[in-house]
Amino acid sequence: MSEAILKVEDLRVSIPVDAGTLNAVRGVSFEVKRGETLCIVGESGCGKSLTSLAIMGLLPRRARRDAAALSFDGQDLRGLSRRRLSRLRGDRMAMIFQEPMTSLNPAYTVGDQLMEALLTHRRVSRSEARARAIALLEQVGITAAERRLAQYPHQLSGGLRQRIMIAMALMCGPELIIADEPTTALDVTIQAQILHLLLELKREMGLALVLITHDLGVVARIADRVAVMYAGEVVETGTAAEIFSDPQHPYTRGLLSCIPVPGRTKPGEHLGSVPGVVPSLVGDFHECGFRDRCPLAREACARPVGLTPLGEGRAVRCVLAETAEEAA
Amino acid sequence: MTDPTPMLELRNVSRQFKVSRGLMKGSATLKAVDDVSLQLRRGEVLGLVGESGCGKTTLSRILLGLMPPSSGEVLVNGQPMSAADRKARARRIQPVFQDPYSSLNPRKTVSQIVSAPLEVHDVGAPADRARVVAETLDLVGLPRRVADSYPGQMSGGQRQRVAIARALVMRPEVVICDEPTSALDVSVQSQILNLLLDLQKELGLTYLLISHNLAVVEHLANRVAVMYLGRIVEVAEAASLFAGPRHPYAEALLASVLTPDPGMGVPDTQLGLAYPNPIDPPTGCAFHPRCRAATDLCAAKRPETLRDAAGLVECHLAAPAPLPA
Repeated sequence: MSEAILKVEDLRVSIPVDAGTLNAVRGVSFEVKRGETLCIVGESGCGKSLTSLAIMGLLPRRARRDAAALSFDGQDLRGLSRRRLSRLRGDRMAMIFQEPMTSLNPAYTVGDQLMEALLTHRRVSRSEARARAIALLEQVGITAAERRLAQYPHQLSGGLRQRIMIAMALMCGPELIIADEPTTALDVTIQAQILHLLLELKREMGLALVLITHDLGVVARIADRVAVMYAGEVVETGTAAEIFSDPQHPYTRGLLSCIPVPGRTKPGEHLGSVPGVVPSLVGDFHECGFRDRCPLAREACARPVGLTPLGEGRAVRCVLAETAEEAA
Repeated sequence: MTDPTPMLELRNVSRQFKVSRGLMKGSATLKAVDDVSLQLRRGEVLGLVGESGCGKTTLSRILLGLMPPSSGEVLVNGQPMSAADRKARARRIQPVFQDPYSSLNPRKTVSQIVSAPLEVHDVGAPADRARVVAETLDLVGLPRRVADSYPGQMSGGQRQRVAIARALVMRPEVVICDEPTSALDVSVQSQILNLLLDLQKELGLTYLLISHNLAVVEHLANRVAVMYLGRIVEVAEAASLFAGPRHPYAEALLASVLTPDPGMGVPDTQLGLAYPNPIDPPTGCAFHPRCRAATDLCAAKRPETLRDAAGLVECHLAAPAPLPA
């Protein structure tokens, strides 16, 4: 029951570049149980998208993936043949991409692309696949669903394409969905509707969801657990309640201070900020990756910092937590 | 408040488009902006909110003079816009667009991009221009050394600062910000919002802020206009709109804002049905198919525009606001 459906241990993604090796993902570990939502939060370049592509086996060819463990429902994904992996992808595990225009095939109709997964993985007739496609389009808030099936991606708006991607991921009733910024481009009203749908699937079908986003509002509302990523590393993990009410890492605190919240931040006043830029990801870190931008940086930060466990599923990568741990 | 003439005013402005219904099916008329009257007051930040396809962008293009209205009038400082030529208008009203990746020419350096308006308007000698560009870069918090960089060498936040510098180099009175932070990371968004606030105070600018992020609108705007299917359905002071919207659509929009409160779940906006097809708008009040309070009257008759002390609302169920005591 509480068995993890997805296990990721010490995942690393590196890309050879002129200046050396770009270590985009630096030893990321997490687990997701059935019916659980894990949100991976972070900003551009933190490695969150590459983490999801690495799990799905969809990294660009020149990127290298290493992991101590990477398994889906007990099945090791690392040594899986292309065919076995293709059998899983789109069926039991599905991905929703950030950029719908590059993930939809412009030469096929929406209907063909929606039905493809179901026809490939299941023994169903075309009319059954069609009926399911129409039902799902309606669930993601698309009107005149039947007419949409005959259209090509270029005939649709960005918001519609995004919702078609979501419907496509749901076609086979997957057990795990990895969604990379699935609602960022959508109106708040449609966003609420789609998050509702995902929460319903989670409750009723035990869907496990890995949601990658920088929208802290979305994270707070749908995450069971949160992993905050910075510069290729997980810097803090915890339940949504822990992360939002008791953030420990200076980066998490900085992020939370940046967002305007109606009723809480005072209109017209300065918002918090995280000054500076992300460090170069080429080579290894010889100091805490956040040191240059950290308001609390000190001597002790001048070496690589590991994760300090703070309790069940709770950890933070900060020297301040290490010293607090020693004092206790 | 000393000069009551609005900076910009739309009077009964409409804009229609002819849209093909498909091969051999003829064309239909899409009313992107439908009889809108709206004022942008001197020195204020007016937020404009609504879902995609509601006409926000068409409205901003009309204000920028990039598109003529099909009917109605646009007044700049009380003068009809058609009287002023394009260049004169562009001196006063400048845009900042959403995507700093596509709105900057990748083959021009930052100083070329920022000085382009000066050249177009033939302002100053080349040496003066270089000085004005440098001052404007200071103003938006960019180091002067980026002047010779290309947009491709810069981060998203820096690019948006370049876009803001380009808008400000002519020292306009009005800046139309169309989703100025939607393409940016959270920590960069806060820096740009802080910058926009500082610039407004420092230069006495007037902003029209178009955004689908209502938290951003609440933070920046003094007044908010809510748009639905080409119509302005509510206008109110930001504080009172966020405290108690009068139009059911504004209420649903506000309900869909996800504040960072764990455990609150995702609100049900009760909007149910998707956004209607603008080619084929509903009868009566355009919002009635999605409205939880709709009556038979709403389906039959379009509501009158109610203008009162609190602002504007277009709903059969709205009562006039009590007069201020």
